[in-house]
Amino acid sequence: MRDFINRTVRELPPSGIRRFFNLAAEMEDVISLGVGEPDFLTPWNIREEAIHTLEKGRTVYTANAGLMELRREIGRYLKRRYGLEYDPVTQILVTVGGSEAIDLALRAIIEPGDEVLIPEPSFVAYKPCAVMAGGRAVPVPLRGETGFKLTVSDLEPLVNERSKVLIFPYPGNPTGATMYEEDMRELCEWIRKKDLFVLSDEIYSELTYDGTHTSIASMPGMSERTLVINGFSKAFSMTGWRLGYGAGPKDLLEQMTKIHQYAIMCAPTTSQYAAVEALRGCDRAVEEMRREYNRRRRLVVESLREMGLSCNDPGGAFYVFPSIRSTGMTSEAFCQDLLKHKKIAVVPGDAFGASGEGYVRISYAYSVEQLRTALGRIREYMETRR
Amino acid sequence: MQELLEILEKNSRISVKDLAVMLDEDEAGIASQMTQLEKDKIIFGYHTMIDWDKAKIDRVTALIEVRVTPQRGEGFDNIAQRIYQFEEVTAVYLMSGAFDLTVIVEGKTMKEVALFVARRLAPIDQVLSTSTHFILKRYKDHGVVLEENKNDERMLVSP
Repeated sequence: MRDFINRTVRELPPSGIRRFFNLAAEMEDVISLGVGEPDFLTPWNIREEAIHTLEKGRTVYTANAGLMELRREIGRYLKRRYGLEYDPVTQILVTVGGSEAIDLALRAIIEPGDEVLIPEPSFVAYKPCAVMAGGRAVPVPLRGETGFKLTVSDLEPLVNERSKVLIFPYPGNPTGATMYEEDMRELCEWIRKKDLFVLSDEIYSELTYDGTHTSIASMPGMSERTLVINGFSKAFSMTGWRLGYGAGPKDLLEQMTKIHQYAIMCAPTTSQYAAVEALRGCDRAVEEMRREYNRRRRLVVESLREMGLSCNDPGGAFYVFPSIRSTGMTSEAFCQDLLKHKKIAVVPGDAFGASGEGYVRISYAYSVEQLRTALGRIREYMETRR
Repeated sequence: MQELLEILEKNSRISVKDLAVMLDEDEAGIASQMTQLEKDKIIFGYHTMIDWDKAKIDRVTALIEVRVTPQRGEGFDNIAQRIYQFEEVTAVYLMSGAFDLTVIVEGKTMKEVALFVARRLAPIDQVLSTSTHFILKRYKDHGVVLEENKNDERMLVSP
């Protein structure tokens, strides 16, 4: 029999997170600080709205690009929160999570051999999506010393005539790094000069603590070369609903919608109705969650520093990314050892790209009580390493 | 101050040190704020939420709607005071709507509470009528669902 599997797919390495998950799943009584999703339940008014639409029998397909009502709400939300202006009819596409929007955009943009610049450490899906779209993934290693912010000098040595897309993931998973307006000015000028297209993954935009989130699309001359990707998972604790969206130039959205139409048809209808309610009636719930995350963030950062693990101030998302270099161990060895001796699961930094080596990702999407217990065990572990 | 109060309202046992870190303030500042809040009676006590049913200790709670005749110059304050002095009464609220006061009474048995109403509360001169409602089951109290299944269903590790 022939080998029926596509070679590019076969050669894709499995996610390092998956490997670590298997390891942790084999053990009992593990306390995990390893999840990439909120611990809050979806606010009840959102769940209630979804139940109501199911009772009403709203169970049919929606328009390919999503319910018009939802696209209008998304348009209003982007304007209200980030000062972005998009036409809900032609410039907004509702997708199955932000992940689908990433995949669609890369498939709509990349020609074989085109290069995609991917700042790392970052979310695990960018690279495979770029490769599966026929592109070449070019990691842009970022450094803890500069707070994992992206600068022109990080990009300059890696750019060439095949460079086409820059992934711009801020606030960032796994680092919690944020890029404020002043961090982006020079960068945007350079992006325009190099004529690159930007995929701005802003899924954690609502979880920004030290300043306000600025979308790169709102910078001068950037909206025509930027796709804003966002969604409901993180801001509204709706991970399992699988709902996100892309907003950007009409031409790109038209092509993305075409792929979406053939591959997906439309995002889940129930989730779309729920999302309308999320955008209309959850400002307070979002604010409350943000404040709670912020308190936990301060607690975790302080506690890690006390035990001698240096970490940057994570300005967004719900992750802290401390350096474990002082232990002399690799990320993988540290995480395995911590799991074995203290039954605490954190994620090795190199799962998010080679430049994540020497770091671990700690999520604070847990209650203060859980965090305190887990941090206590990490402290014990660090003391045994002295 | 609002955020400090909001945290304490949910968990009064949290340490001053943790409060300081969570609110990005120094410990001495938090401690003196709390002392002041207690002095000003903005914080007027610390309570523990107890599921008496689970402890298998008999305790009944009744919400009593009371209609009263307000007194000249005193309004409802004087009559409220006459009611809240009773040890059995844990709370008294002045209400808008069809009745005037909500009186919350606790006792060991329904009979005990009923007797309190009949012998102490109803006979007060200004009390026009009472209507006693016993709490049969507490689903949610002070923002906490009592029998909530708190299993974390998330995968142990995810991207």
